[in-house]
Amino acid sequence: MAGKLKDEILYDHNHDGIDRRGFLKCMAWAGTGALCVMSGGVLKSYSLSRLPEMSSKESLGELSFVQISDSHMGFNKPANPDVAGTLKAAVDKINALSAPPEFMLHTGDVSHLSKPEEFDTVDQILKSAKPQDVFYVPGEHDVLNDDGKQFLERYRRGSKGAGWYSFDKKGAHFIGLVNVMNLKAGGLGTLGHEQLEWLEDDVKHLKHSTPIVVFAHIPLWSVYPEWGWGTEDSAQALSYLKKFGSVTVLNGHIHQTLQKVEGNVTFHTAASTAFPQPQPGKADSPGPMKVPAEQLKSVLGITDVNYVQGQHALAVVDLTLA
Amino acid sequence: MRRSVSIAVLTVALVIGLGTIDIRHVSVLASAQQKAETTEVKIDNFSFGPGTLTVPAGTTVTWINRDDIPHTVVSTEGVFKSKVLDTDEKFSFTFSKAGTYPYFCSIHPKMTGKVIVQ
Repeated sequence: MAGKLKDEILYDHNHDGIDRRGFLKCMAWAGTGALCVMSGGVLKSYSLSRLPEMSSKESLGELSFVQISDSHMGFNKPANPDVAGTLKAAVDKINALSAPPEFMLHTGDVSHLSKPEEFDTVDQILKSAKPQDVFYVPGEHDVLNDDGKQFLERYRRGSKGAGWYSFDKKGAHFIGLVNVMNLKAGGLGTLGHEQLEWLEDDVKHLKHSTPIVVFAHIPLWSVYPEWGWGTEDSAQALSYLKKFGSVTVLNGHIHQTLQKVEGNVTFHTAASTAFPQPQPGKADSPGPMKVPAEQLKSVLGITDVNYVQGQHALAVVDLTLA
Repeated sequence: MRRSVSIAVLTVALVIGLGTIDIRHVSVLASAQQKAETTEVKIDNFSFGPGTLTVPAGTTVTWINRDDIPHTVVSTEGVFKSKVLDTDEKFSFTFSKAGTYPYFCSIHPKMTGKVIVQ
């Protein structure tokens, strides 16, 4: 390391001249996922500004989807007394995307208090989104009082156990995991033995070149354990995905965008559509962060993901509501 | 003569004053002194305050959520379990047996507390 003046290309997945180390350097400078993804090079080819240059989506086999998270329907305190309004604004944002997404992932905390009317309101608002197919995983706010029975009934999708499942879209394999059940005192998120066994089996026969997208509520990497921002047994889950060339992990829970690249795995957390939370350690507790009303929409957002068949990495772009 | 008048005035004032006290408040005050002690744990900023509470057996402990986010109070040994408490909602449990009762918030498991009953 010492004495090296020039950055070496270590892992040029897409043959565009940018490597993992360059990506990480960019991220450290930018501080957020968004900027880095746009100019970080690994995903350069897919920045939104270049999408119009691409010819017909179908012939390229391009896949486009959106991740939304933490709508917390039912929350009504500062900094956001109108989470239905900001969710509607998120839907407007999605509907205005130049490359219309095929489907959506909701990474949990759909509701704030697991109340039926809260889920109903979200369902109602999402009816006006262009992508009508939505795949959900629960957050801890969705499984209160009834061990998640209501959530399972609403958003089942033929899932196993506490609601994990997988599906394929245009050659990419999507895995929805649940890490908000059976939380132990003093602990973090947890996947549990049964789910891990299922995961190992689910990916066993997939080709190494299959792009993998894992989505779960609590981050599957150790963002900030002091605030419970991590999953106890995620290392085991990730070990089953080691063989794949491209793994994208999409999480929510922390109400801010963060990104980390580790080998072939890109971890990404989405902003909330309801309220922001402080950066790790920058406040006494991870509760709702109060911001002036005129700033609120700039700290809420959605995540737009694009993938071109045959290419390695997925382009993950964060978009704020204002 | 003056003193007796002023005493009389005072007495009248007192009688009038007592008469305006809501009779319900009087009876509540009386029964509170007869009941076992009630102690409060405040939930705020993702923590239980006090984190460790020591009380005599027979005490009713009331948790009140002053945070702007919901929390629960769940005994790790399955002794008690609140429903989800939104801001200003309460949960009470009476500890009749001596012992140590660790508990946590099942939504935010890093939040832990303890009641020691003597």
